[in-house]
Amino acid sequence: MGEDIKVIVFALGTEEYGVEVDSVKTIERLTPITRVPKTYHFVKGVINLRGVVVPVIDLRGRFGLPETAHTEHTRIIIVNVNDMEVGFIVDTANDVIDLNTDLIESPPEVVGGIKAKYLRGVAKIGNDRLLIMLNLPEVLNKQEIIQLEDMGE
Amino acid sequence: MEMNQYLSMFIDESTDHLQSLNDNMMQLENNPDDISIVQVIFRSAHTLKGMSATMGFSDLASLTHQMENVLDLVRNNELKMNEFIFDTLFKSLDALETMVQDITQGGEGKADVSHIVAALQSIVRGDYGQAGASNEAQISGAQNTTTEFRLDEYQYAVLEQSINTGLPVFYLDVVIREDCVLKGVRAYMVFNALEENGEVVKSNPSVQDIEQEKFDRSFSVYYISKIDQESLYQLISSISEIERVHILPVDEESLIQISQEDEQVNEATSQILQAVRETAATAAPVVQAAKEAAPDRPAAPSKPAASTGSSTSSHAGSRTIRVDIDRLDVLMNLFSELLIDRVRLEQLASDLKSQDLTETVEHMARVSGDLQNIVLKLRMVPIDTVFNRFPRMIRDLAKSLDKKVDLVITGADTELDRTVIEEIGDPLVHLLRNAVDHGIESIAERLEAGKSDTGTLELRAFHSGNSVFIEIQDDGKGINREKVLKTAIKNGVVRADEANAMTDEQVYQLLFAPGFSTADKVSDISGRGVGLDVVKSKILSLGGNVTVDSNWGSGSKFSVQLPLTLSIIAAMLVRVGEEKYALPLSSIVETMIVEHKNIRHVHGSTMIDYRESVIPIVSLADVFDCPKSSEVEKDTSDVIVIRKGERLAAFMVDDFIGQSEIVIKTLGKYLKNIYGISGATILGDGQVALIIDPNALVK
Repeated sequence: MGEDIKVIVFALGTEEYGVEVDSVKTIERLTPITRVPKTYHFVKGVINLRGVVVPVIDLRGRFGLPETAHTEHTRIIIVNVNDMEVGFIVDTANDVIDLNTDLIESPPEVVGGIKAKYLRGVAKIGNDRLLIMLNLPEVLNKQEIIQLEDMGE
Repeated sequence: MEMNQYLSMFIDESTDHLQSLNDNMMQLENNPDDISIVQVIFRSAHTLKGMSATMGFSDLASLTHQMENVLDLVRNNELKMNEFIFDTLFKSLDALETMVQDITQGGEGKADVSHIVAALQSIVRGDYGQAGASNEAQISGAQNTTTEFRLDEYQYAVLEQSINTGLPVFYLDVVIREDCVLKGVRAYMVFNALEENGEVVKSNPSVQDIEQEKFDRSFSVYYISKIDQESLYQLISSISEIERVHILPVDEESLIQISQEDEQVNEATSQILQAVRETAATAAPVVQAAKEAAPDRPAAPSKPAASTGSSTSSHAGSRTIRVDIDRLDVLMNLFSELLIDRVRLEQLASDLKSQDLTETVEHMARVSGDLQNIVLKLRMVPIDTVFNRFPRMIRDLAKSLDKKVDLVITGADTELDRTVIEEIGDPLVHLLRNAVDHGIESIAERLEAGKSDTGTLELRAFHSGNSVFIEIQDDGKGINREKVLKTAIKNGVVRADEANAMTDEQVYQLLFAPGFSTADKVSDISGRGVGLDVVKSKILSLGGNVTVDSNWGSGSKFSVQLPLTLSIIAAMLVRVGEEKYALPLSSIVETMIVEHKNIRHVHGSTMIDYRESVIPIVSLADVFDCPKSSEVEKDTSDVIVIRKGERLAAFMVDDFIGQSEIVIKTLGKYLKNIYGISGATILGDGQVALIIDPNALVK
């Protein structure tokens, strides 16, 4: 029997994603972002989060999805993983649900163009809602990006 | 008894004592006949022993105990210091340091020190060098004889002299309450109080036994006091859990009597005690009247005044408290928040043009300026805390290399931010080791070169502007340009055709290239080829710089430049395109306007004339790929000239915003090592501006 966890649900395009509420610090409206030069294309820059400078990355860009213009629904989810504070730009974030870990199934090879290693699994909620659970440490792992970029050169 | 709460205090204080032991031993090595230094050493060792015994670190206590035995002989002129004793004592200090470190890391402070103990014991016996084997029984026997309460000739002389010079001598009998849990600690507190206000000449049982709680409930001491009987009584009875203290003044007459009695009955301690009490009582009938009336009364209000008055004379200027560094960091963070708001208020005030608001904000700015100074000063630590371990290190190093090195330290009181202090130790160790190993020649070589056999290593620290300079200068053989170049070419650091065109300074900088070492043979001390590059990157990461100057044959000088603080800096804010950046004021030489037609294109790069020379000019917008501002092209640009070491470069920006104090923040763990950016700051309008690292941009 799995345990019940609370999950923050956000959307990128039509897909719904979830991160555990424990690793989420706050959810912010879009604030002015200061661009940081000479870094990865998906790193949008840094923001001032009540006196702390926090880097912000565009999750769409991180997953290789096309980036879209920001709307009034756009949110920044500040997560804290391995003492690393990072903000994720997502299309919307408006739901918190209870989820039993038993419902999370291991991910199929490719979901919406996202590599399986970034995913913790896929949970089916309700009748035809699919929730993609993110594997945060892997999403924030830069080792692989560096390797990818080396190969690209 | 829960000891954890005392543990951190114990660690701090024992580290202090070890340092002072080390320092004083070094001093003593230079003046082996100065008994006053031995006294200081003895006191430190003694306190350390007391503390460790109380905390239950028995190995630590027993080793200090053995050291004390040796030192005791020395200070009573019964033993002359020599090289063997120094070496053994230094080794003991090292062992003690290792144990304290072990305790710091949560260990038990246990270590196998039997060989050092054996060496110390053989020194006490006086048969060192002949036989290494130790005889425990013999030692404990020897100890027993010293624990008898009998004044030896020297102690008589001391007491007699004090009486003659008018210092009051007392005989004290202290009884501790029966229900006292840690009587050793109470006794220790008594001794501490006594030692602050005078000198304990003799105690029964011996101080060692008292601290290991090898006594019943009472102990007695002969004591030379700096304060009068009444203050002394109050001082001791104010220590809690003391049942009774009996103070008898000793004068010349009674002293003679004591000595006579002493001669008659020198084998039975109790009898002597009795005799002493009687003689003292008859000689001085002014026995403490209050002693029975008010045993163990609470501290009288007059007491603190009396005791502080006398103790400040001996501990002048040590009115300090220890504060957890985390709290200082919190204070610093809170202050940074305040600073950001202050800048914001200043902007609002200038926008609103309200007289009252402007005045209030100006006042607030002044107050917060003072506050900033204080907060920054709180974090400042004299560089002595790093330097103080170097004399010992150089001594050992010189010994192991069979060289003679004289380390001269100046400016040890120069203050630096704690964070810098913590980081700078290792790089300096490396540079010093290098200087002794590669710089200073062997004795034979030095004599051959017509120098004195002792090499001089100078370690200097001083303030200059917003930086602190640390210089390490030796009078050794200097750096061989040809040898450096040869190695560099061999290791592929430079090409042969480039080599000849390089200036000396550039050649010396090659020493800091990764994987570079000119040492002919790899030694234990340095020359592993790792190191100088690490030193340099460490110093650069602290926002500093290192330069080398050398004269072949007469020595070299490594000069390390460090920022005073890492948390708040003065910076120039500039606009590049639509973005704002901050440049540390410390690296800016000047600002000016350059006409575009004066920019020359030389071999694919752009240069401008600056004073007598030609310096490279780059557009920050190009470096950071900034989106172009919508403004029409102008024929002139604002330019900032910056300096890195000896080199100058110019940065083109779109606009100067102004000068401001900024609080340095990191970009967070996720964004490490961004090219040309050393951090970020929050501006008055709440926006984040990036801080440019000019050192990274100038190659």
